[in-house]
Amino acid sequence: MSVSVPSSDLIRAAVLVLWAGAAMADGPASDVPAQAPPSRVVSINLCTDQLAMLLAAPGQLISVSHLASDPLSSSMVEQAAGYVQNRGGAEQVYLMHPDLVLAGTYTATATVELLTGLGVKVVQVPPADTLAQVVGQMRVVGSALGRDAEAEAMVTRFQSDLAALAVPGDKAPAAMYYPNGYTAGAGTLSDEILTLTGFHNVAGEAGLTGGGILPLERLVMAAPKMIVTSTPYPGQSRSEEILTHPALRAVRDKAARARMSDADWVCGTPYLLNAVRGMADARRALEAAE
Amino acid sequence: MTRALFPVLAALVAVLFFASLLIGPAALGLGESLSALFRGEGGPVVLVMQEIRLPRAVLGLLVGAALGLSGAAMQGFLRNPLAEPGLVGVSSTAALGAVLALQSGVAAAFALALPLAALAGAGVSVLLILLLAGRRGGALSLILAGIAISALAGALTSLVLNLSPNPFAAMEIVYWMMGSLADRSMEHVWLAAPFMVLGMAVLLATARNLDALTLGEDAAQSLGVDLNRLRLMVILGTAAAVGASVAVAGAVGFVGLVIPHLLRPLVGGRPSLLLPASALGGAAMLLAADIAVRVIAPDQDLKLGVLTALVGAPFFLHLIWRLRGVEA
Repeated sequence: MSVSVPSSDLIRAAVLVLWAGAAMADGPASDVPAQAPPSRVVSINLCTDQLAMLLAAPGQLISVSHLASDPLSSSMVEQAAGYVQNRGGAEQVYLMHPDLVLAGTYTATATVELLTGLGVKVVQVPPADTLAQVVGQMRVVGSALGRDAEAEAMVTRFQSDLAALAVPGDKAPAAMYYPNGYTAGAGTLSDEILTLTGFHNVAGEAGLTGGGILPLERLVMAAPKMIVTSTPYPGQSRSEEILTHPALRAVRDKAARARMSDADWVCGTPYLLNAVRGMADARRALEAAE
Repeated sequence: MTRALFPVLAALVAVLFFASLLIGPAALGLGESLSALFRGEGGPVVLVMQEIRLPRAVLGLLVGAALGLSGAAMQGFLRNPLAEPGLVGVSSTAALGAVLALQSGVAAAFALALPLAALAGAGVSVLLILLLAGRRGGALSLILAGIAISALAGALTSLVLNLSPNPFAAMEIVYWMMGSLADRSMEHVWLAAPFMVLGMAVLLATARNLDALTLGEDAAQSLGVDLNRLRLMVILGTAAAVGASVAVAGAVGFVGLVIPHLLRPLVGGRPSLLLPASALGGAAMLLAADIAVRVIAPDQDLKLGVLTALVGAPFFLHLIWRLRGVEA
């Protein structure tokens, strides 16, 4: 699933550049509230879908992507049922006559260029690789919707909840483990969540930056006390067979705690706090067991 | 030369098997890792050796032997140097069978469904090849039949994977076409090994009759060879050996083409010697390729078929070049 996959060094560098650009573009807009807020907003990216559903004024958002209705990726399946679904194609989106399209920076470039060429305003939101960028994302979407006050309230609440969830003290070894041996190394949102909740990321220590492969052998040798794996999709795939590999099962049995990552881990929304809370609870339970 | 061949091949396979056990992304000591193979419950080293490296090495050995042996048997029966499980579409139909079993959920309901479906897929194409190419058919009809079967099976496999509700499935088309032994477990070994061993036993039992067949069909029949029975043994043996290999390791090409060719001059062209020699040679080639993928790109799942094709394709072209004069 591409949305949940953290980015590489190169991509992250690109994000920072785009981020800076987005921040500058926002500056003047908040000073001069000349334009009326958009009234027909279409979101074509899973993460902007959820932020827009949380921040938009009633009736302002008309369509979200089909991924917002996938329980394995989206925390807001019920809310998404109230909107028209789109599959992100330029033709389909244009025919909805939007005055604002919310997209990710990695949304198909051709689609975004086509829509821009047709005179539709497209705001591209970069993925969040840090908790600070999550906050930035909330502000960017809020500002694009003309809902700065709501976004600011969301940010304040998010930051205070996050601070309350931090687990101080000794760090226990932990790892994220996904299909094909994919994991989150240093400089990823998952890595920051692990650190915040009293864990240290064995993938980061193995020298991995960004997302990448941690061979099963090396995961076994690192013997993490906490392991987070993903929920398998329906249908079979060889990529996911690694999650039921006897060696991984043994690691999970030996680890004091194991969790499944879910939709709450995917996007930088307030639902991320559920993921953080789960990890913080697991860390405290680990402490109590020792 | 023939007498020295078997000990040399066996020693090569043994060395490569141990190398496969000793090479991996986790740096383990030599003594420590070998003793971990025989220890009971234990720490991470035991887990790595017994649950990750051992199944990989065992599958490398068995899959290579199955491919080498089936290549030699098909070439012997068809008396055609281009017969090879990968090239004539047996591997791709086995992959189609395996993918259908996995995506329809049958394999999850009943574990043996996976090797059995792959076996059925392989069996259908061996049967088709023998019917279409016939025993009198030349290299051309064999290759054309093979292309048609491979293309159809490959397209259907891609279709099934694209239609899967699992987003990873569509990314695995390459795996089913190129093969890989990464992250296999003992469960896969237990599932596939009985079929591979049985298939190989049936193929090895055809050795004497294949010897007789080198004299021509009429001569073979007058020597008491039951051609229908021989054909059935080649079909079932190849289907079981290749089908089970593909079900757990994907379709690895060229092993069954290259190995019998390299070894044929060394055994004086006798199928009864070529069959066991090709099994050993195939095992050595696959173990070597699997070690190479781990050395070249330890953190990426480089596909086995990439390496075997790098060796096999030039070899194949060389064969075509030599055949040009014969066919024209």
